[in-house]
Amino acid sequence: MSYQGKKNIPKITSDRLLIKGGRIVNDDQSFHADIYMEDGLIKQIGDNLIVPGGVKTIEANGKMVIPGGIDIHTHFQMPYRGTTTVDDFAQGSKAALAGGTTMIVDHVIPDPGCSLMAAYDQWRQWADEKSCCDYSLHVDITHWNDSVKQEVENLIKEKGVNSFQVYMAYKDYYQMSNSELYDIFTFLAERGGIAEVHAENGEIIAEEQTRMLQMGITGPEGHVLSRPEELEAEAVFRAITIASQTNCPLYVTRVMSKSAADIISQARKKGHVVFGEPITASLGTDGTHYWSKNWAKAASFVTSPPLSPDPTTPDYLNTLLSSGDLSVTGSAHCTFSVAQKAIGKDDFTQIPEGVNGVEERMTLIWDKAVTTGKMDENMFVAVTSTNAAKILNLYPRKGRIAVGSDADLVIWDTDSIRTITAKTHNSATEYNVFEGMELRGAPQVVICQGKIVLEDGNLHVTSGVGRFIPCSPFPDFAYKRIKARKQLAVLRAVPRGMYDGPVSEFSMSRGGTPSASARNSPTKQPVRNLHQSAFSLAGPPTPDDIPIRPAGRRIVVPPGGRSNITTLS
Amino acid sequence: MSDCRRQWNREDELPVYLAGPINTGPNQKKTYGMFSSVEGAFESKTIDFDNYAVGRKGSRTPRSGSRERVLDAGDPMGKTSSEAREGSLTNSTGETDDAHPGVESERLLIKGGRVVNDDQSLYADVYIEDGLIKQVGENLVVPGGIKVIEANGRMVIPGGIDVNTCLMKHYLGTQPADDFLQGTKAALAGGTTMIIDHVTPAPGESLLEAFECWQEAADKKACCDYSLHVDIPQWNEIVKDELELLVQEKGINSFQVYMAYKDTYQMSDSQLYEAFSFLKQLGAVVLVHAENGDLIAQEQRKILGMGITGPEGHPLSRPEELEAEAVFRAITLGNRVNCPVYITKVMSKSAADTIAQARRKGSVVFGEPITASLVTDGSHYWSRNWAKAAAYVTSPPLSPDPTTPDHLNTLLACGDLQVVGSAHCAYSTSQKAIGKDDFTLIPEGTNGVEERMGFVWDKAVAMGKMDENQFVAVTSTNAAKIFNLYPRKGRIAVGSDADIVIWDPYSVKTITAKLQQSASEYNIFEGLECRGGPVLVLSQGRVVYEEGKLQAQQGTGRFIPRKHFPDYAYQRVKFRNQVKKQQGVTRGLYDGPVYDVVPTPKYITPAPSAKTSPISHQPPPIRNLHQSNFSLSGAQLDDNIPRRSGHRIVAPPGGRSNITSLG
Repeated sequence: MSYQGKKNIPKITSDRLLIKGGRIVNDDQSFHADIYMEDGLIKQIGDNLIVPGGVKTIEANGKMVIPGGIDIHTHFQMPYRGTTTVDDFAQGSKAALAGGTTMIVDHVIPDPGCSLMAAYDQWRQWADEKSCCDYSLHVDITHWNDSVKQEVENLIKEKGVNSFQVYMAYKDYYQMSNSELYDIFTFLAERGGIAEVHAENGEIIAEEQTRMLQMGITGPEGHVLSRPEELEAEAVFRAITIASQTNCPLYVTRVMSKSAADIISQARKKGHVVFGEPITASLGTDGTHYWSKNWAKAASFVTSPPLSPDPTTPDYLNTLLSSGDLSVTGSAHCTFSVAQKAIGKDDFTQIPEGVNGVEERMTLIWDKAVTTGKMDENMFVAVTSTNAAKILNLYPRKGRIAVGSDADLVIWDTDSIRTITAKTHNSATEYNVFEGMELRGAPQVVICQGKIVLEDGNLHVTSGVGRFIPCSPFPDFAYKRIKARKQLAVLRAVPRGMYDGPVSEFSMSRGGTPSASARNSPTKQPVRNLHQSAFSLAGPPTPDDIPIRPAGRRIVVPPGGRSNITTLS
Repeated sequence: MSDCRRQWNREDELPVYLAGPINTGPNQKKTYGMFSSVEGAFESKTIDFDNYAVGRKGSRTPRSGSRERVLDAGDPMGKTSSEAREGSLTNSTGETDDAHPGVESERLLIKGGRVVNDDQSLYADVYIEDGLIKQVGENLVVPGGIKVIEANGRMVIPGGIDVNTCLMKHYLGTQPADDFLQGTKAALAGGTTMIIDHVTPAPGESLLEAFECWQEAADKKACCDYSLHVDIPQWNEIVKDELELLVQEKGINSFQVYMAYKDTYQMSDSQLYEAFSFLKQLGAVVLVHAENGDLIAQEQRKILGMGITGPEGHPLSRPEELEAEAVFRAITLGNRVNCPVYITKVMSKSAADTIAQARRKGSVVFGEPITASLVTDGSHYWSRNWAKAAAYVTSPPLSPDPTTPDHLNTLLACGDLQVVGSAHCAYSTSQKAIGKDDFTLIPEGTNGVEERMGFVWDKAVAMGKMDENQFVAVTSTNAAKIFNLYPRKGRIAVGSDADIVIWDPYSVKTITAKLQQSASEYNIFEGLECRGGPVLVLSQGRVVYEEGKLQAQQGTGRFIPRKHFPDYAYQRVKFRNQVKKQQGVTRGLYDGPVYDVVPTPKYITPAPSAKTSPISHQPPPIRNLHQSNFSLSGAQLDDNIPRRSGHRIVAPPGGRSNITSLG
C-alpha cells in the first residue's frame, strides 16, 4: 500500500500504537481483534500480534473500534460578504475530531465569474495551513462556460477533485438553468465526476421571498415560509430526471425534508444512481424554531434548504438512512456568529445561511438511529464513514479498518451520555442548534493519522497536520452501473428508404418560428399550398374543393418502386 | 337541476352551487358534494338499481336530492313548474338563438331510452324543444305531431365534449388538414357535440386578435357548439391586459401555458409563477403543456448529432421522464400559488402516476389523457414506413411502453384522470414531410376526435374497468364542470342544451382512414376494432347523425362563453385561500451587534475584490473572528476577548426585549 499524501509530516512516522481487546466494526462485519498501527497506517490486525516492544497500548476493553467518521460536507472558513464563517479550518477540524470525525470534505465556493482553479488553490492554502485532520475538497460550479469546463477537467485530472456541486437555487447568482445542468452533468459523466446538487427551485423561491416581504414577514420564519419543502422535492425530482437523461451519478446535498427524501428513495427503487445526504441538523432537529420569539435563536437555524417545520421529519429521515435509501451524512457545518446573522435582522433573505453540526454528527446518528433500534452498528459505520469514502473513491484507504488503511480510528463508547450545549462545544459560535439535547454514544478515543487526538476527554490537536487527500475520478461505487448502462443505451436510427413523396411548402427556415406575416393572417394563402390544393398529385389541383376522404387515394407510386413510403401500410 | 339552470342563466348571479358552500340547505350541500372532486367522490355515484330491477319507475324511491329533482320533472307538478320556467329560459338564451336564425325550432321526443348521466341511470323519455331539453320523465305530456325517436332501451347520454382540439393550429404557414368544418363533422360522427379548440397565437402576436380570428373561422364553419382555450405564447404586461379582457368580456376561462418548445412558447419558472398567480386572480383554469423544454432541446441536438433524423428521434428526445418532471413542477407551482392546474395530454404512465399522487396529497390538479394515449403506443415510431411513423408524432410523444394505454385507462376509470380529449390536430403526409430529414420539424399532432368516445367505451367500459356513468363523466360531464359549462352541457336535465347521443354499446366497427370523416389520409388507429358507437346524435336539438349518415350543417355551431371561477376547480382553492394566511412572528427589535456588511449592490453578491484576495481584503469591520482567533498551540493574541457562547453579547438596560442570546 503506497498511499502517500502530498505532505509528509515527519513527526507522525515515529508513532506506533496498539489497540488491544477491541471489537472492530466495519460496514460489513464486526469482529474482535487487536490493531497495530505504525507510520499513520494500519499494519496488522488480528489476535496475538507480534509487535515491537515499547509501543503505546490502548486497552479498548471490548468497546467498538470504528473507522473515523468522514464528514462529507463542511463550510469552514467560508467567505461571505467580506466576512468569513467563524469556524476556520483549525477550529472546525478540531470540533470534527472532538466528535469522532477524522476527515472532512469542504466545499470550495468560487464567486460567479471567478476562476475555479484560483479558488481551489486558495482553499488548499487555508486548509493546509490550519487543518488538524485530513481533508478533501468539493468544488462548486457557480457559473458555466468553456473556460470553466477546462478548469473542471484540470481539477479532475490533476488536482484530485472528483465531485462538483451545482446550484438549482440562488437565482441570478449561483443558479443554473436546466440546459446548463444538462451540459454540466453530461460533461461530468464523461470525466468520471460526481454531480452534487443543491436542490431547490430558485425561481419560485425568489417569487415567494418577494411575496413574504410584501406581506411584512421579515423575520426568520419568512425563510422557511418562502422555501417550502415542495420546492426542494421538485428540484430533487428535476435533478434526478436530468441526471438520468445524461446517465450521470447524482448526489443530492442536504436532504432536509420528507418529500425530498421520498423522491430520492423512489428514484433509487427505479434504478437511478442517486445518493442522498441528510445533514446533522435535519436528522436531529426541525424547523419549528424558526417561529421562536427570540430572533437570535430563530436566525441560528437558518440554512438552505430550511429545516422542515414538520416535527416528524428527523425520525423519518433516520428511518430512510437506516434502510439505505439515503446514503451518507454530512454536517453542512457553516457557522456564523449572531452578529453576522444579524445582517439580516430586518430582512430574512439577508441572513447568512448555515448551522453547526460537525461535532455532533456521529453522536446524533448513534442516538437517533442506533439506540432507537433503527440501524445496526455496521450500518452506522457505513453512513458515517464508509459510504462517503466509496463515493469519493477513497475507499479502502479511508472508511475501513483494514491492513494498509490510514490509521483513522475511533473507539466508540456506546454508553456515555452528554448534553449538547454551546458552552462546551468546540465550535466558535455562541449558539448550538442542538442546545440541550441529551445524546447517548460518544467517542472515547480518537486516533487521527496514527496519533491519539482525543483521550480521557482531552483534545490534543495540531493545526496544519491535515493532508489533502486527492480523490480520483470514476469511483466504482457510483460508476460501475453507469458504465454498464452506457454500453446498453446506444440509440440507433431506423434504416428507411428515402421519403420521396410530396412535401408541403413551408415558410420558415428553422426552429419552428413561422414568419410573422404568416401568423397575423393565418387564413392568407401562400403561393401554392399543397394542403389546400387537396393534395391530389394525380391531377390538377381542384381549388376550394377539399375532398372529404382523401385517404383512399394513394399518393403516387414512383417508378422507383418500393422505397416509396408515403402511404400507410 | 332546473333550479340550478335558472340561476345560472341570470347573468349577474353565480349559480346556486357556486354560492353553495356558504349558505346551504341540506339539499344544496349534497349538490356541492357531487361537484367537488374530493378523492373518491365518484364512488358515491349510484346506478339506479331500482330502475334496473323493475325496469320502470314503480318503485322509485329517491336516493339522492339531485335524482329526486330530475324525476320530479316527470310528475305533473314538476312539469307545470318546468313549463312555467320556459319563459325565462328562452329569454335568456334568446340572443344566441337570434344570432343563428338558421337553427329551426324542432320538437323531438326520445322515447324508451335509458338516460345515463354521470351520477345515475334511469329510464325516461326526453322531450326537446328549441334546442333545449324541456322535459325528462315518463308519460310526458307533449304537443302532437312531433317527431318521435324510439331508443328501444338503448343508452341516452349527454353528447361528448372534446376539450382539446387544434383545428386551426398553423405550422410554418400551413393549416391542419381538418379545419373547423371537417373537424366538427368528425366530432359529430363520433358522438361528440361540443369541442373546445386551442387558440394558438404565435409568439409576439396579440391574443385578442388571434382569438377573434379563431372565433370568426369557427362561426363560419363549425357544425357543433364550440368554445375556445387561449394559449399564452409569451408573458408581459400587454398579455396580462388581454387576458383580463378575454376573461371578463369574451367568455374564456382557460389558458394554456407551455413548459416545452424552448425559445418559442416556453416559459421560465418565474414566468409560470406569475402567470399562475395572475390567472388565479382572474379565476381561470391553467392548462399546462408539461414537458421540460430545456432538456428536450439538448436531447434533440444529441439525437440529431447521432445521425438519427427519423420519427424515432421524436420519442427518443422526449423520454417520458421529462414529461413526469414537468408535471411534477407544474403541480408544485400550482400548490405554491394555490391555483388549479390542468395537465393537457397525459401520455405516459409516470406522468399519470405523478398526477395521481398529487391528488392523493390534496393538490387541485386535473389530468387529460387523449384518444391516442388511451389506445395506442409509441412502438410505431420505429416503423419502417416513414409516413406511418410520422403520423404518430405528437408532443408529448406516445410512450413506447405498450402497457401505457391500459394503465391510463385504469387511472381514468378510478377518477385519477378526469377528462378525455383528443388533441386532434391532423396534418397531411405531405405536411408531415416537412420534417422528412429532421424529426424536430415534423408538425405535431394526431387524429382522434372521431374515435374518442368509441375507444373510451371499448378500452374502459367494455373491458370492465369503468361503468357507464363514469363513461359519461370522463367524456362529457367532468369537462363541462371544469370549464364551467355545467349543467348547460354535460348533463341530460331539464333546461340543458339538447346535445344528446343515443349510444349503442354493441356496435362494432373497424377504424380505417377510408371511412373516416377527417380529411387526413392516415388514421393512427387504422385497423383497430372498436366496440360501441353512436346510433344517433342530436346537436342543438337537431338530428345531425343517424345510422351512419351525417347531416351536419356548416356554421350552426355557436360559441359558448364560459364564466370564470368554475366551481369544480375553484371551490377548494377559495377555501384554502382563507385558511392559508401566513403571519409573521411578532418579536422585539433585535438590538444586538450587527456585523458590518460591505455595501454590495445585490443579494449576497460579495464585492469582486473580496473574491480575488479574500484574506488581504478583510475590511475594517471591527474585528474578524476568523482571522484573529484560534490556534491550538497556545495563547492567542485575543484570548482575553470573549468569543464564545459562554459570553452574552450585551444586555442593554432595556431588558427582556433584547434577543441577542439564545434562550
